[in-house]
Amino acid sequence: MRGKTGLLWIAGLAMVGLSLCGLWTVRAAEQAAAAQQTTIVVDGSTTVGPVAKAFAEYYMQQHPDVKISVSESGSGNGAKSLLNGTCDVADMSRFMTPAEFRAAVETGIYPVAQAIAMDGIAIIVHPSNPVHGLTVAQVRDVYTGKIANWKQLGGPDLPIVLISRDTNSGTYETFETQVLKGDKIGGGAEYVGSNGAVHARVESTPAAAGYVGIGFVDEKVKALPIEGITPDAGTIASGRYPISRPLFMWTNGYPKLGSHVFSFVTLYLTPQGQEIVKKAGFVPVTNYR
Amino acid sequence: MLSTQQDTSLLMSRRARVMARLPAFVGEAFLFVVTAAGALVILFIFYYILRDALPFFRARGFREFFTGTAWYPSAKPPSFGVLAIFYGSGMVTVAAITIAGPIGVAAAICLSDVVPFGIRQAAKPSIEVLAAIPSVAYGFFALVVFAPLLQEHGGPILAVGLLLIGLPLALLSAVVAGDLAAGLLPQRARAAGRGSIAGALALAALAGLGIGAAHLAKVQVTSGTNALNVGIILGIMALPTVVSVSEDSLSAVSRELREASYALGATRAETVVRVVVPAAGSGILAAVILGVSRAIGETMVVWMASGNAAQIPTPWYNFLAPVRTLTATIAGDMGEADHVTGSERYSVLFAMGACLLVFSFICNLVSEWAIRRSERRSA
Repeated sequence: MRGKTGLLWIAGLAMVGLSLCGLWTVRAAEQAAAAQQTTIVVDGSTTVGPVAKAFAEYYMQQHPDVKISVSESGSGNGAKSLLNGTCDVADMSRFMTPAEFRAAVETGIYPVAQAIAMDGIAIIVHPSNPVHGLTVAQVRDVYTGKIANWKQLGGPDLPIVLISRDTNSGTYETFETQVLKGDKIGGGAEYVGSNGAVHARVESTPAAAGYVGIGFVDEKVKALPIEGITPDAGTIASGRYPISRPLFMWTNGYPKLGSHVFSFVTLYLTPQGQEIVKKAGFVPVTNYR
Repeated sequence: MLSTQQDTSLLMSRRARVMARLPAFVGEAFLFVVTAAGALVILFIFYYILRDALPFFRARGFREFFTGTAWYPSAKPPSFGVLAIFYGSGMVTVAAITIAGPIGVAAAICLSDVVPFGIRQAAKPSIEVLAAIPSVAYGFFALVVFAPLLQEHGGPILAVGLLLIGLPLALLSAVVAGDLAAGLLPQRARAAGRGSIAGALALAALAGLGIGAAHLAKVQVTSGTNALNVGIILGIMALPTVVSVSEDSLSAVSRELREASYALGATRAETVVRVVVPAAGSGILAAVILGVSRAIGETMVVWMASGNAAQIPTPWYNFLAPVRTLTATIAGDMGEADHVTGSERYSVLFAMGACLLVFSFICNLVSEWAIRRSERRSA
C-alpha cells in the first residue's frame, strides 16, 4: 500500500506540473499577441524562395516588430497553403491553374497575384560538356528520351543523365508547358526536389542535363543558349529567350493598403526591392528594354 | 459472550473500504485510458488511411495500380501504374538487408560471444549512436558526398566491396572444401592432401576474385544517385537495429546452454554455430525483419539520393540505375495532390500508404510470432 501511495503522489504532482506548464504557455502566447507583433507566413516555390527570404530580411530590418517566416515547399504546396489559410503569402513560379482558382473561390479565398520578378529557365550542363547550344525541339527530344546519348548532339559518347524537377514544382510546370508542350518526360529521368538539388547534381555529374531558374546559374554549371539566345536580363525581359516566365506572390484578396503584407508584396516596386531581385539573379519587372 | 459491536469494530466500514481502494482504482483507470488511447491511435490511423485510399480503387480498379509501370500522375489523362515503384522499394530494401543482415548478425555474434565483456559494453552504445543520426543527414551525405564519389570512383568502390565480401568467404570455403575433399583420401595422405587441396582451391578463388574485381573496376557509373547508393546508406541505417536486437537475443541464450556445449568438448566456433545461434534463431529473425521495416519505411534518404525514376531497370538486377520508392513518391507528390483539385492523385498516395502500412503490419506480426516461438522454445 505504501508503494502505491508514493506512486500516486508522483503521478499527481506530474499532472499538476504539466497543467501549470500548459497554462504558462497559453499566457506567454497571449502576451506575445498582445505585444502587437505581426507575423507574416510565406510559403511556396523554391525559385521565388531566395527572393522572398531576401525581401523578408530587408523588411524585418526596417520593421523590427514584424516577423516573417519563409518556407520553400514548392509552388503546388504554396497554393495549397494559401487555400487552407496556413500562409499569408504564397510564392509561386507559375500562375494558378483554373482548378486551384475554383477550389480557392469555393473555400472563400480570392487569390490576387503580384508579379515580383521575371525569370528564365536555363538548361544547364556540366562545364566540361562541349555542346554549344540547343533548339527547343532538341531539348524536347532529349527530355522525352528520343535523344539518349550526348554524341547525337555533338558531345562525348555518354548516356544523357536527365535531371527534372518533381511535379510539385512551378519550374517543372513551366518547363512542361513551354518546352515539352504536353509530351511526357522519358522513363529514366531522375527527379529532385529543388533548384539547388538540380544544380548540385549537374555540377557533379559530367553527363547530366537539367533545368533551373537563372538565379541558380553560376560558374559551376554551364547554361546552354537556346535557339542561339543566351539567357540574361535583356533577353528575358524582352521575351526573346524562349523559356521565360514571371514569378508571383499571391495573397488572399488585395492586401489592405498600408498593412505590412501590402508593403511586403509591393517591395519589388521600390529601388531597394529591385536591387534585391537583381542580386538574387532575376530580372526586375521594371527592366524595360 | 461477544457482541456484534465488538466484532465489527475490527472491520472497516464499507465507506472506509471504498475510500482506501479509491486512489489505486483511479490510478489504474488512468493508466488503462492512456494505454487504450495508444491502441486506438493505431486503429484510427488504419481507418483514415484506408478510408482515403478506397476512392482510388473504386475509381480506377486494382489492375492498373498493381500491374502498370507508367507513373504519370500529372499528365492528361493521368496514369497510375505503381509496379515500377513497388519494384524500386523492393530493390533498395533487398540491397539494404543484404548489407545489414550478414554484417549485423556477424557483429552481434562477435559482441556476444567473442570479444571481452568490457569491449562489448563500450562497443554496443557506439553502434547504437548510428541509429541516432537524423535520416536527413544520411540523405545529405548520400547526395552530396557519396553520389559524386560513386560517379568518379564507382568501379574501384565496387571492386573493393567485392573483395571485402569475397575474400573471407573464399578463404573459408577453400579451407572447408579442402577438409571435406581430404576426407576422401587414404589415411596417410590426408594431412598433406588437406593442405594442398585447400591451397589450390584458395588460389583458384583468389584468381577468380581478382578477375572479377578487375572487371568491376572498369564499370562506369554515369549517375551516382541510384539504387546501390541508397541501398548502402539504408544498410548502414538498418545496421544498429539488427545488431542491437540480435545481440540482445544472443545474450539471452542461457549460460547453461553454452557451458553444456563446452563441457561436451565443443570448440568456441562449434558452440556459436551449432548451439547459440540456433537457440537465438527466432530473435535474430525478428532483428532482421525489424531492419527490413526500417529500410522500407525510410523517406528522406530515398527522396534525396535514389534518383526517383519510376522505371524497372533494364537488366532487372541493374543496381546502378535510378529507382523510385513508395515513400519518396508520397513525400514528393503530396504538394500537388489536393483532395479538392485532383482526387485520384490524392487517393493514390493514400493507397500507397495503405500498402506500406499493410507490409509493416505483416513484418511486425511475423517478428512477434518469431519472438513468441523463441520464448516458448526456451521456456
